[in-house]
Amino acid sequence: MQVRVQQERFDLGAESEAFAAGAAAAAGAGGIVTFTGVVRDAEGGGLAAMEIEHYPAMTQKALEQIASEAMQRWSLADALVIHRYGRLVPGEKIMMVAAAARHRKDAFEAAEFLMDYLKSRAPFWKKEILHSGAAGWVQAKTSDEDALERW
Amino acid sequence: MDIVYFAWVRERIGLPRETVETEAVTVADLVTELVAREERYAAAFADLSALRVALDQELSEFDAPLAGVREVAFFPPMTGG
Repeated sequence: MQVRVQQERFDLGAESEAFAAGAAAAAGAGGIVTFTGVVRDAEGGGLAAMEIEHYPAMTQKALEQIASEAMQRWSLADALVIHRYGRLVPGEKIMMVAAAARHRKDAFEAAEFLMDYLKSRAPFWKKEILHSGAAGWVQAKTSDEDALERW
Repeated sequence: MDIVYFAWVRERIGLPRETVETEAVTVADLVTELVAREERYAAAFADLSALRVALDQELSEFDAPLAGVREVAFFPPMTGG
């Protein structure tokens, strides 16, 4: 299991390859699900950048708790979480998760669980900066909070 | 005790971190003390349902006790992913 919080970009292909060749392979995984989050344009367009703030003292720990929970609940072969912070432009990758399991159902479910918890329980906050100069914090959706209930 | 603020809570209060001397027993008591200080705190804490709190980097509740806590964090609901 690996959790990384970083400002730098990451290479999705290289990370996926390394994940598949590492502990996932050693533990006999039969399937790997990955999800990648990307900065999308604002509603109505005009997004210049997205600033992601986080709580450094808490972030790593919170993500590790979420990933550990996924490892246990789905007996995963391996799990990976990478989440960036700082100023990102549209199209840039924000984060990725990968879940490796013996069977695909567990890998899919674990990846969804990781995403649902990252959305509402990892201490990140996003601010949209428009070309016009206007800026606003992205509001949490009730649907994101509700998504936790199914787990 | 250290208090840290994030996102619009930080912006409304105007600082990311401060150290306070307090006798507050619970988080809610601490909020009451802060709100009584200045208008900017009252503005930030106007609607507690829009806020979350972490005690020593663990998510907690507003009625939680503060005994032994070193760092309290206030922030809006998280938007990771």
